[in-house]
Amino acid sequence: MLSSKIFSKLLLSKGFNFYTGVPCSLLSGLIRIIDDNPKTPYFPAVREDAAVGLCAGAYLSGRLPVLLMQNSGLGYCLNAFTSLNLIYKIPVLVIMSWRGEDGNDAPEHIIMGEINQNLLKTSSMEYSVLSPENYEASLNTACQKIDEGLPYTLLVGKGYFNEGH
Amino acid sequence: MKGTEAFEEIIPLLGDEPVIHANGYICRESFNIKDREGNFYMIGSMGLASSIGLGVAVSCPSKKTIIIDGDGNVLMSMGTLAMIAAAAPKNLLHIVIDNEAYESTGNQRSLSNSVSLEKVAQSAGYLQVKKVTNKNYIKGAFQELTEKDGPSFLLIKVEPSFDKSTGRVNHTPEEITARFMKNLNSPDD
Repeated sequence: MLSSKIFSKLLLSKGFNFYTGVPCSLLSGLIRIIDDNPKTPYFPAVREDAAVGLCAGAYLSGRLPVLLMQNSGLGYCLNAFTSLNLIYKIPVLVIMSWRGEDGNDAPEHIIMGEINQNLLKTSSMEYSVLSPENYEASLNTACQKIDEGLPYTLLVGKGYFNEGH
Repeated sequence: MKGTEAFEEIIPLLGDEPVIHANGYICRESFNIKDREGNFYMIGSMGLASSIGLGVAVSCPSKKTIIIDGDGNVLMSMGTLAMIAAAAPKNLLHIVIDNEAYESTGNQRSLSNSVSLEKVAQSAGYLQVKKVTNKNYIKGAFQELTEKDGPSFLLIKVEPSFDKSTGRVNHTPEEITARFMKNLNSPDD
């Protein structure tokens, strides 16, 4: 398990200075730490696509934004990713929890848990699945893609971060 | 008042502010009357002009930020009105050109003939809210709202009247991003 505190510090050290999202219990520890730190301003969003818009505005103004969300919000985001981020070259780092990863989750998470990687691939949204071994390398890849103007997603399975509730 | 007349009143009032435009005829009207470096033309992602504008406003608090939205966009993303009210950026003016229709897709009716968007904005918590139905009052309302702390909401009721021969925005999306960012971060600001 990776400490949410260490990961939030790593995000800040990479220059990510604008945070928004719609919560997931898997990311609750990370969101709490980010929201508590004035150096990592967090704006609660009402829905994931509104958070994509907010991040786009922040990026256009010189910020480096992070969107924290559950994979259940991916569907809402696909139009924003494909008709805003990808064609305008507006990058964003998406930290997306992977509910239903192994098929053992509440019923509402099973289908999206099975298809979220394919949805990202089909949409030309590059991503990595975070693991304890690759998180630094994955974040470096994300930063490289963001420098190229591309959005990048880090998929986070259950139990990867310590939860905050 | 025609939609074009509303734009003809607003555009001369603009300086070098960032202006985020909703998709559809909003982009096309504004682009064809006067193309500006500070214009962000959102050609897709319907509903997100308001959240993009909010992102700009909170990131550039010293810069007046304007959203030119449409009724269909506002209705699609009513929750964003709550985000704007909660973040409460003083420098944000949210203008809505309300033709009560989805005009660019064939003039299908929207819901804003029976739902008062200015009342929704007021209830959400915008600090200043105005509704204008006569073009002669646009300038006064705009100036009054820009002098006061926002977030402010200016609803302009227009007739569906878009000239379909009006051209599309001819910059590529990547060009729109690059010049908008350059304008926003220029040393004169």
